[in-house]
Amino acid sequence: MKQRTGAKVIIESLEREKVEVMFGIPGGAVIDIFDELNRSSIRFYLTRHEQGAVHAADGYARATGKVGVCIATSGPGATNLVTGLATAHMDSIPVVALTGQVPSGMIGNDAFQEAYTLGITRSVSKHNYLVKNVDDLPRIMKEAFHIASTGRPGPVVIDIPKDIQQARTSAPHPKEVAMRGYRPTQQGHLRQIKQAAEAIGRSERPVIYAGGGVIASGSHKELYNLATKAQIPVTTTLMGLGAFPETHPLALKMLGMHGTVYANYAMVEADLIIAVGARFDDRVTGKISEFARRARVVHIDIDPTSIGKSVRADIPVVGDAKYVLRELVKILEPPQTDAWLKKIAGWKRDYALSYADDEALRPQYVVEQVHKLTKGKAIISTEVGQNQMWAAQFYTYTEPRTFLSSGGLGTMGYGLPAAIGAQAGLPDKTVVDIAGDGSIQMNIQELATACMNNLPVKVMILNNRFLGMVRQWQELFYDKNYSFTCLQQRSDCPPDCKQNFEECPKENIPDFVKLAEAYGAVGIRVTKKKEVAPAIRKALKTDKPVLIDFVVEREENVYPMVPAGASLNEMMGGMA
Amino acid sequence: MRETISVLVENSFGVLARVVDLFSTRGFNIDSLNVAETLDPSVSRMTIVVRGDEAILEQVRKQLSKVIDTIKVVRFAEGDHVEREMALVKVSSSKRGRAEVLEVAHACHADIVDVGDAFITLSAAGTPDQVRTFIELVRPFGVVEMARSGPVAVSRGKRG
Repeated sequence: MKQRTGAKVIIESLEREKVEVMFGIPGGAVIDIFDELNRSSIRFYLTRHEQGAVHAADGYARATGKVGVCIATSGPGATNLVTGLATAHMDSIPVVALTGQVPSGMIGNDAFQEAYTLGITRSVSKHNYLVKNVDDLPRIMKEAFHIASTGRPGPVVIDIPKDIQQARTSAPHPKEVAMRGYRPTQQGHLRQIKQAAEAIGRSERPVIYAGGGVIASGSHKELYNLATKAQIPVTTTLMGLGAFPETHPLALKMLGMHGTVYANYAMVEADLIIAVGARFDDRVTGKISEFARRARVVHIDIDPTSIGKSVRADIPVVGDAKYVLRELVKILEPPQTDAWLKKIAGWKRDYALSYADDEALRPQYVVEQVHKLTKGKAIISTEVGQNQMWAAQFYTYTEPRTFLSSGGLGTMGYGLPAAIGAQAGLPDKTVVDIAGDGSIQMNIQELATACMNNLPVKVMILNNRFLGMVRQWQELFYDKNYSFTCLQQRSDCPPDCKQNFEECPKENIPDFVKLAEAYGAVGIRVTKKKEVAPAIRKALKTDKPVLIDFVVEREENVYPMVPAGASLNEMMGGMA
Repeated sequence: MRETISVLVENSFGVLARVVDLFSTRGFNIDSLNVAETLDPSVSRMTIVVRGDEAILEQVRKQLSKVIDTIKVVRFAEGDHVEREMALVKVSSSKRGRAEVLEVAHACHADIVDVGDAFITLSAAGTPDQVRTFIELVRPFGVVEMARSGPVAVSRGKRG
């Protein structure tokens, strides 16, 4: 192969991996890569912060199922990626992050913009590389995409010193990866699958508990076949929303801390839990010693470390959910679940999700209207906190890859850049970020990225002028001591305002409508319930980014709620 | 429970850091860790002794297997492997008391590797228990300095 620079090799590799879009910010240690980038076929989006770039790559990956790619310079560029890498790592999202590094000879010298990227990103990535020889670059690029997208997916970081980008090599691009240490199990053990089928056949009160792994493996159809053939109800985790249509009679919607009453009751009373691509997170299980005490557990996961980590698995099945579920459906003898389904139908009737549907402007109503007016066809991203939970509860998900949210890490500021990434990958889709007034300010600068690149994302701020979820905990568990959760608290406010909201300053900071306009987006303020639908309709018709500032009830709470450390059937609210 | 795990890893940059990091990230306790190249210079063998209940040990093995640079994880159970450790122990010893130290050294098959006016350095190798016993026996003479290798292990029989 003819000689070319390391920078050229990187672009060649990206094109060979069919990378269409990329997000990032240039800098001194990646200037050689950028010198090749604007001559390539890759569409590049210049974000306003590296955190925006990595979340956008993550949102792109979640919405399209392809690997998301981002690039940042050495030092602060790389450290700014850390939160986004950790977000992708916790939620098993395939991302490849390229970082510049100071020249090889300067490494360890505390050079300008030097950071130990390999060490800093080790625990927030699936794997990472420091390229020490330009001849290794084609192989490392190939391996990185392979590792990011196979097995349990995750982010991979490639740290590339500046001299390596400039050095020349004739090393060819490998056709295949040859890694003796990395061969994720794809096919589940047939004996284990048979045992799982037998357990299902014998069960009386089975529940499928489906997680993000169903979406990652693209096995939502196989899951549907299993549930409908065996007549087993399905609850999904936050990460699993969309893996099973919530409109289906067997759907129990989300479980866990803010899950539905009926999903949590079903988990408590089940005699068999079939976990698929889920990891028994503490927000799902509640008090672990009380969890699933009556149930046997079938645990299907491609990552052996997920199995038996926090909950014992009676029948572990290591393998790709798509393969395992397909085999399971083939050999399964459906159990008799009529009585169980009847019981669950009663719970669904008695404990439907609800809120006070009165004259006040309530956040749940806004989310319901977003669902209604987009006909459930939108891609929803969320920030983190109350907005995220209401988006999970009151929008009805029927398709995979339509709900983008930081589940594991809980990263505020994720939603807007993720929406931008999704919109970049799927230009014909309506992409809506359901946001809070706290979270949105953590990456609001990306409104510039959306506007400059004609990415017409819609930002719906559920503005309660609080860091709402923390305020809710303060209300419920800290005697209403709203210590620093009011986002409108000013230095001249009384130290304890007693939440006498009548005396609050009339003007909120920031003025989100003016802020949207400053970036070139359309800003709309909604203060009354009857204005909600017209505003959303207007936003959906506008072919540019729109931000709606919904000035909602200040002290609305997310219910039902399982208090931290309580068992799943000890729910507050939603029981009326 | 104590378990000896042998891990074959790629002999490349940063692999040791990755494995050590895994232990601190997950809160596992390492008793000892030994790394050296194998006959194949592209592969290193790590011998790790860990403590924990069965659930923890299972997680340790799984997490080690999950490291991309890990080629193979072998768990040794009682009786299916041989384990050896080495210790270098510098014992304070005047010429007068030396005979007693040498007696212990002889009984434990320890070698004398360095001698001075006020000290004697012994090298002992054996099973971890034998090495521990040796250290206990020389301890009353006054141990100035000590270095232990931590155990290395291979399986019994032909299988590799």
